[in-house]
Amino acid sequence: MAIIGSRGRTTAPLPPAQSDELTRPEAAAEAGLTVVNWIDERAQLSQGLRWMMFRKVPKGINWAYTLGSATMFAFLNQAVTGVFLAMYYRPSVTGGAYQSTRNIIDNVFLGQFVLSMHLYGAYLMIVLIFLHMARVFFFGAYKYPRELSWIIGVVLLILTLAMGFTGYLLPFDQRSYWATIVGVNINGTAPFLGPYISDFLRGGPEFGATTLSRFYAIHMMLIPGLMAALIGFHLYLVMKLGISAPPWLKAQEPEVAIEKVEV
Amino acid sequence: MPEDPHSKSSKYTADRGMPGAFEGETVTRRRFMSAVTHGAGGIAAASFGLPALGFAIGPVFKRTQWPWQIIGRPEDFVETVYSTKIVTMVQGIGDAGKTVAYVRKRDPAIDTEPHDQYNNYIALWNRCMHLGCPVRYVQAAERFICPCHGGIYNFRGQVAGGPPVRPLDRFYTYSPPPGERGHGYVYLGPPYAVNSELQRLSLRDPAQPLDGIGQYFYPPQFDTAKVPSLQHLPLPPTVPGT
Repeated sequence: MAIIGSRGRTTAPLPPAQSDELTRPEAAAEAGLTVVNWIDERAQLSQGLRWMMFRKVPKGINWAYTLGSATMFAFLNQAVTGVFLAMYYRPSVTGGAYQSTRNIIDNVFLGQFVLSMHLYGAYLMIVLIFLHMARVFFFGAYKYPRELSWIIGVVLLILTLAMGFTGYLLPFDQRSYWATIVGVNINGTAPFLGPYISDFLRGGPEFGATTLSRFYAIHMMLIPGLMAALIGFHLYLVMKLGISAPPWLKAQEPEVAIEKVEV
Repeated sequence: MPEDPHSKSSKYTADRGMPGAFEGETVTRRRFMSAVTHGAGGIAAASFGLPALGFAIGPVFKRTQWPWQIIGRPEDFVETVYSTKIVTMVQGIGDAGKTVAYVRKRDPAIDTEPHDQYNNYIALWNRCMHLGCPVRYVQAAERFICPCHGGIYNFRGQVAGGPPVRPLDRFYTYSPPPGERGHGYVYLGPPYAVNSELQRLSLRDPAQPLDGIGQYFYPPQFDTAKVPSLQHLPLPPTVPGT
């Protein structure tokens, strides 16, 4: 029974009632472990997971350091709720978009709840990004060697704002329509390139039949894919470079300053 | 500095002792193979990447069609009051493709811009020149007022206050003379932009100024509609029994 030690059971002599026969929950746990072991023996993921999860972190880290993870979970919330909203949404200018949004709110089971998760989750994500950015800025965590993390973070911020802009049109009520007209025209005020940017966004010189489907494709395929890839790279850099110490922490000998925390 | 291992060696693979080297061969087979593989991958990626890119940015170069459309009879319009005409801007997308033209008869006493066959009727587009919100004509004030950010235009559509950067865009209008096809109707053509002198210029998006230094910052778009031919003006559908 080599496995007993790894599952945390004591090796004290068992009471006579318990033989080598496993009870049903024990057998289930055993089976689960077997599956995990089978996969890990082939994929060898545990080493990478251990590298990701069990890192040395500086003393004095606090709740402000969780804002990045919070932002990532806001993104995951947007992704999951967005996928399920797409099951009921139709990006049709001639009434389908608005009607299907009303249908999600009025008729679909938990529709209003999931739509609200997506809407308020979007607000929350923007707020969390700026809090995360402020933490990094005020703690000086953007400095060498973490400049690339900062740059990717700024790109992610821009992409998130673009998600907000493209997603705003999708309910296709009066507010989204006119907000998009105004937003596209603001893009058009960029010197020299502006006229072409606004034509690209609208898919033509006027708000037309393909503008909504264009925004929908950008909102649910183009930008999320880019964001997922960049978030992955952002996280890789966090793991590779480690977390910066809070600025009020005095420089100390490494053995004293670093403690191993198992997250 | 570690020395470059190739710096002193010959450029011929035969001299470097490559197995199976040809006379005069300078590119190793390994390097040739990797170049071919990268090239093939690049061609494969470009073969779907370039069409997709063109597909996405194609609309920038599209030219709009604005056919003449009937907005009423000459007696429907007077000099002193704008009448509201709902016109179709983009076909086939319902209400989202409609917009509003404010139309009145040209008044020589106040309309000092040059007169030609296309402005017997003054037709202003209700698109605000700040950021594109719909302006509303208020008869009591004889002003166009924008609900979004407070843009105000006077009776001729020139900026009277607020953030707009140029006067309201206008439409070509045409009323065929007696004996011509379409006589007895007023037609609305494509829109055009005007500067503060009300000179006719190619259409462009709101918020792009046409006066001062700002006019040099915004190149004209590729998609400006041309004035369609006057030869085939559409006639109203005949009503049965009349």
